[in-house]
Amino acid sequence: MVSPNTPETPGGTASLAAAPQSIHDVVIRLAGNSQDGIQSIGGFLARLAGRSDQDIMTYMTIPSTISGGPSIFQVRMGTGEVLSAGDRADMLVVFYQHSYEAHIGSLRPGGVLIYDADHVKPTEGDNRFTQVAVPITTGTVEAVGGTSKDKGKNIYVLGLIARIFDLDGQKLGALIKERFGGKNEDVVRNAMLAFDAGYAWPQNNLRDLFFRFEAVDRAIAATGRPQVTMDGNMALAYGLIAAGVRHGAGYPITPWSSIMETLRAEFPKYGGLFVQCEDEIAAVSTALGFAFTGRLAVTGSAGPGLSLKMEALGWAVMAEMPIVVVNVQRGGPSTGMPTNVEQSDLLQAIYGSHGDTPRVVLAPRNVEDCFYIAIEAARIAREYSTPVLILTDMGLASRIEAFDEPDLSKLMVDPSPDLSDRGVDFKPYPLDRITRHAPAGSKVGTGKYPTVTGLEHDELGHPTGSPKLHVQMTAKRRNKIKALGASLPAPECVGDEEGDVLLVTWGSNWGPGREALTQVRAAQVKAAHMHLRHVHPLPNGLEETFKRFRKIVVAELNDEGLYGFGQFTMLLRARYANPDIVSVTKTDGLTFKISEIVAGIGRHLGSDVLAASGAANQNSALAKK
Amino acid sequence: MTSALATLPPPAGAPLTKKILTADHPTWCPGCGDFAVLHAFYRTLEKLQYPHEKIVTFAGIGCSSRFPYFVNTHGGHYIHGRALPFATGISLGGDDLHVFVFGGDGDGFSIGGNHLVHTARKNVRLTYVIMDNSVYGLTKKQTSPTSPIGFKTKTDPTGAIDQPINPMRTLINSGATFVARSHATQVNHMVEMMLRAAKHDGFSVVEILSECVEFYEGAFDASIPRKGGTWTLIDEKKNDGTPEDTLRHDTADDIAAFKLAQQAWPGSFGVFYENKNRKTKNALEAELVVKAKERTKNASDLAVLQATFSKMR
Ligand SMILES: Cc1ncc(C[n+]2csc(CCOP(=O)(O)OP(=O)(O)O)c2C)c(N)n1
Ligand code: SF4
Ligand SMILES: [Mg+2]
Repeated sequence: MVSPNTPETPGGTASLAAAPQSIHDVVIRLAGNSQDGIQSIGGFLARLAGRSDQDIMTYMTIPSTISGGPSIFQVRMGTGEVLSAGDRADMLVVFYQHSYEAHIGSLRPGGVLIYDADHVKPTEGDNRFTQVAVPITTGTVEAVGGTSKDKGKNIYVLGLIARIFDLDGQKLGALIKERFGGKNEDVVRNAMLAFDAGYAWPQNNLRDLFFRFEAVDRAIAATGRPQVTMDGNMALAYGLIAAGVRHGAGYPITPWSSIMETLRAEFPKYGGLFVQCEDEIAAVSTALGFAFTGRLAVTGSAGPGLSLKMEALGWAVMAEMPIVVVNVQRGGPSTGMPTNVEQSDLLQAIYGSHGDTPRVVLAPRNVEDCFYIAIEAARIAREYSTPVLILTDMGLASRIEAFDEPDLSKLMVDPSPDLSDRGVDFKPYPLDRITRHAPAGSKVGTGKYPTVTGLEHDELGHPTGSPKLHVQMTAKRRNKIKALGASLPAPECVGDEEGDVLLVTWGSNWGPGREALTQVRAAQVKAAHMHLRHVHPLPNGLEETFKRFRKIVVAELNDEGLYGFGQFTMLLRARYANPDIVSVTKTDGLTFKISEIVAGIGRHLGSDVLAASGAANQNSALAKK
Repeated sequence: MTSALATLPPPAGAPLTKKILTADHPTWCPGCGDFAVLHAFYRTLEKLQYPHEKIVTFAGIGCSSRFPYFVNTHGGHYIHGRALPFATGISLGGDDLHVFVFGGDGDGFSIGGNHLVHTARKNVRLTYVIMDNSVYGLTKKQTSPTSPIGFKTKTDPTGAIDQPINPMRTLINSGATFVARSHATQVNHMVEMMLRAAKHDGFSVVEILSECVEFYEGAFDASIPRKGGTWTLIDEKKNDGTPEDTLRHDTADDIAAFKLAQQAWPGSFGVFYENKNRKTKNALEAELVVKAKERTKNASDLAVLQATFSKMR
């Protein structure tokens, strides 16, 4: 299908407008209704950037009332490493009056407001922003014609953005054809007509708005690997596949569902299966049943579902059965804010269940890490015969990022169960070694087959009420997790060797934390940023780093609790008995803004400069230089 | 001291005998009906002669759920009420395994009631033996979902008031593809039911009335002839064309099975219902794998994942 008016190449159009201004990165927020296909604009931009040399990170929210509710998509595109979604938008595109009213506050002063002139009347004389009226609806209807009404507005806007930011129109065109290719030709043609109309519109109307991203520093970009683009839940699902996980079970719940949907579709291609169960208890049980046959399996959920799995997790610790449990955190407790982000399941992940239940909790730092942490989780589960929880969150789950394509040939793990014969010295629960179960189907040389059990047991798995054995077995279960802690690498720590403040983050706060560090150091504060992916057990030796800073400020997305400290902060304080460990917490259901972390650090340091500069600072700008 | 010979494993290929299959000595009260169920299970396994390592004996929590410790096979003692979903993972994970799940009436019909319905609906290939004593044994005499109205327990000191469930009706309704009922005082009958259940390709359930002599003595006397009760066997259709055959029970007929389940206490024993046509979840999942592998042209795992990543460039 050839478009009747294929957009000219950026080189060709540039001569019509002023020369583009060079920018490092830009935050664009689009706001409309969910049926407007706003998410797909974001998807196209993300994939375009993934195919170019631009790093991309997107931020999106889906309203709880999925249909018709207000929908936004925020994308930050830039050159080089993009660490966070950006605090405030440089450009806001609004489709309706309500979108305008709800989101104008997110546009920074000096930013660009693009509004659909057919639906929106912005406040007159508001000279904080550059206001640009674009007839998005009529433009789309005129371009597409026929009966399709204003369907295609999203593609029109995509064309507009492609032109304004000098994106590769041909590549976008190819992506659109790829996306709609399966549908009939009319759909592809209409999409291309809308795209071309949007792309052409600025030419005679917006001479000033023309930007180009700085050239990528090839030295940094040249990893030699192509970039792939996906959201955190996909990265996690494919990480599990690379990790040799072929079995799983789950029950749907936002924002975990898309992982189980992916695995349900994918596992059969690899000879495995994913079972949709009647509830979360059945799901964790079925996954443990797979493990009993030697096939490490995954289950997962979000907060409420993780609570349901707790009794079974206690069993898994006692029976020393490996399992990977994914928990995609959302706002809680209860149904809470199911489509918002929070890090409030940490304590339930580490300590939920009954009795002493040492186990492993990992938290990915970004979308790429969702892939790698899944592989690490599976490795640890197998090696230590233990449950491993992956604490990701709503922010990571649905955010799209581009990252270097993993070298799969080096990463793929063989999924075959070890059904080899067990020797005559086989014991299911040896005190001096890590348990290696003899899966069902394997022959046991002693002729005595093991019973895996939730009762306290002796080395052969027989139930026991012996106080001595309970002490020994409790220590055994604890010590293997301590051994894992001792084997972990020192966490990533960047910045000054010593100084005023050590910012500590875990999970998805890595990016905002890293950007906050840059700002804090720019204000002449001696600071470093430590990020923990292994939240339980902790790597050894953190206290040495802690000692070198006046304050250790932990930024986390949960409540300060009764005693004034976030969940991870509480653990660190208990573990290191260091009163200089303090918190920056919040519970608004959104990811951290860099300014919020900087201001929080400022409050703890008693620094007015930081407290104020954090609030004012912008991380990117469209302003003319 | 045991001789070295006694601790040696049996030679490969030796038939599985009760002696080999016996593990820990049961912890049940003397006279508990569960002993007979265990004995019947040994005999069933002796007849089946499955490879030793392919047999799994699994359970939840309860007196009856202690079962796996007493059977020398791969096994597990899980949490209360959730043995069926765990066993679903075993059955689907190791398709060549022979999975037997044991448990009580509380484990199966109360805390595990929803799992029972869904395991039946999915027709997962495994055999489930419910040892029904109409009481909570392990926790010492509370009302169970099969306790009859009026039965005095610690939680109903003046007698149970809630309508008990009818296990046969519940099971037939759940979609289980093999439903049978037996009695711990009838070892041969138990063996026959367990054998047929094991050979059934699908989710097979045998409910066995198994007396708790400690907390509900005499619960099932009405079905024990030597205690003055009546033992009524289901007369199954033989399809021999005789006039009397028309009166016999057609196990493929769920309505007839339902009617049989409505009989007054103590009712009949035998196979109530059997559906040989419904595909198992095991088979359906295997078909999905075959289809998916056809689509990928049997590409290696690495090739499939690489192709997926290439599309996301
Ligand atoms: C989650 C949970 N709740 C309660 C219990 C306590 N409990 C153990 S066995 C049992 C009932 C046992 O009755 P049944 O299943 O009929 O088995 P029986 O002992 O009669 O064979 C109960 C309530 C438990 N172990 N776990
Ligand atoms: S309490 Fe009842 S069910 Fe339990 S072992 Fe004793 S007799 Fe059997
Ligand atoms: Mg009972």
